[in-house]
Amino acid sequence: MQDLAATMPATHVASPPDRMRLIVPAFLFAALALAPLLGLVGAERYVLALFTRCVIFAIAALGLDLALGCGGLVSFGHAAFIGIGGYAAGILTASGIDDAFVLLIVALAASGVFALATGAISLKTRGVHFIMITLAFGQMAYFVANSLKAYGGDDGLTLANRATVFGRDLLADNRSFYYLSLALLLGVYVFARAVVRSRFGRVLRGAKENETRMQAIGFNPYPFRLITYAISGMTAGLAGFLLAEQSEFVSPAFMTWQRSGDLIIMVMLGGVASLDGAIIGAVFVVLTEELLSGFTEHWRVIFGPFLILVVLFARGGLLGLLTGRRHG
Amino acid sequence: MADALLRLDRVTKSFGALRVTDAVSLDIPRGELHALIGPNGAGKTSLIHQLSGSLASDSGRIVFEGEEVTGLPMHARARRGLVRSFQITSILPRFTALENVALAVQSRSGSSFRFLGDAAREARLNEEAMEALALIGLAERASRIAGTLSHGEKRGLELAIALALGPKLLLLDEPMAGAGDGESEALVAILRALKSRVTILLVEHDMQAVFALADRISVLVNGSVIATGQPDAVRADAQVRAAYLGEA
Ligand SMILES: Nc1ncnc2c1ncn2[C@@H]1O[C@H](COP(=O)(O)OP(=O)(O)OP(=O)(O)O)[C@@H](O)[C@H]1O
Ligand SMILES: [Mg+2]
Repeated sequence: MQDLAATMPATHVASPPDRMRLIVPAFLFAALALAPLLGLVGAERYVLALFTRCVIFAIAALGLDLALGCGGLVSFGHAAFIGIGGYAAGILTASGIDDAFVLLIVALAASGVFALATGAISLKTRGVHFIMITLAFGQMAYFVANSLKAYGGDDGLTLANRATVFGRDLLADNRSFYYLSLALLLGVYVFARAVVRSRFGRVLRGAKENETRMQAIGFNPYPFRLITYAISGMTAGLAGFLLAEQSEFVSPAFMTWQRSGDLIIMVMLGGVASLDGAIIGAVFVVLTEELLSGFTEHWRVIFGPFLILVVLFARGGLLGLLTGRRHG
Repeated sequence: MADALLRLDRVTKSFGALRVTDAVSLDIPRGELHALIGPNGAGKTSLIHQLSGSLASDSGRIVFEGEEVTGLPMHARARRGLVRSFQITSILPRFTALENVALAVQSRSGSSFRFLGDAAREARLNEEAMEALALIGLAERASRIAGTLSHGEKRGLELAIALALGPKLLLLDEPMAGAGDGESEALVAILRALKSRVTILLVEHDMQAVFALADRISVLVNGSVIATGQPDAVRADAQVRAAYLGEA
């Protein structure tokens, strides 16, 4: 009896049962892989651009969900990382460096360093204070970007061309770019799932649930949270890099506080701490924004009340509604 | 008593005008089960908080294994083997009972900065966690979500978590509080078995349990230790009778 129980997985209530764990993501990724087929009936260029945005924001939302959902760190400044990743790509391209690997590494390093520096300070605070201080750092990054006169200031910066891979312009094709983004989303998703279930992730989840208990068994949550914040920021930085490459443009608008708020909404709407929910939430928000902004520029007026309804009546977010389960 | 495992030297703490810990000095030698008793509000839990590191003292020194730990945070003291339980149950309610304990095992076995591999399936962690649960009689509850356990089971889980850390000194804050009669008896038996392996500072209102288990007893009243000694001596102490036992 004892041996049996010892090899048995200790299930965590916040995760869906085993079967569900694969059905939802399998369905999600299959749907995203097939999405470009919509281009057969409409303008392919438009369809690809729209779904590439979905995938890119899904990457950023996954990054935020690691910090917010699993770590309990409600960052209201994650757009800054998107901007930093984007500017890394833009500034290097403007200086004549357009190798995709170099751009990617610099984008990740820059957002990682910014996350470590601001996280080291922000994580000394809790709750509303943490929200406000991450917002402040985000705004700081926004104003710095605005003041980059050499790189377009508030007008932003146009990239002369997309990044090259070994000197070849493999990313110029929108379809290839879409599938590259999707592959990166899959990679981030697999990584995030591994982290959540690992020893590291278990400490992180434990500290979210009961910090004092974790300290009493010998864990200092701070370094766990700082590393999580860095991973989360780098993931958003990756999204920023892709966004700049896709649109061949980067501007301070990448890093407004509204954008940070949108990311939180994506995570909350999809279902906090479920990872699958972050992808669903991102796709949903990007598509809804596209749809509603076609009717009115005040699309948020319609979207806002809808959000409140979801938060009030579907505590597991959209994923909870879809699967009939309540998460987080 | 140069080899005291834990030494308190004039530990003092005030909340505003209330002196909750008043120059408490105490030596606890290795292997002792030391009971700390006193009326409600005497400052027992506050003292446990200071010993475990969750509350900073205003002055005084706390020495553990010959080294001063006064300024160390709770997690650092826990790593040294100074382990506490909570008067108000503190567990991870959404994790299974097994995972609550396995996290304690994880804390003292290897690095937790591992990003790959399913922690919940690490057999070595789970086996040791099961041993601790079995010791408390909770083996059958291992896969239950901790928040759904009965009050008494949660108290047991607290103890299992503390034991799984392999403590040198256990600070137990009313482990029997709210437990039924049968559960109390079981806990006394468990503590009696533990006595030989680990030094214990036991805060407890259940006098039957205290006099059955303690090697020595200290009596805390209004933040001061008014008596320390063998159970019989403490029972006979007139001051103690007046201040405390007489009331009960
Ligand atoms: N954070 C605090 N701020 C102010 N006063 C406090 C604080 N914590 C405890 N006290 C007060 O200190 C006194 C001692 O409390 P403590 O919890 O240490 O007593 P105790 O001996 O553990 O009592 P019990 O037997 O009821 O558990 C009480 O009067 C309590 O109200
Ligand atoms: Mg108390």
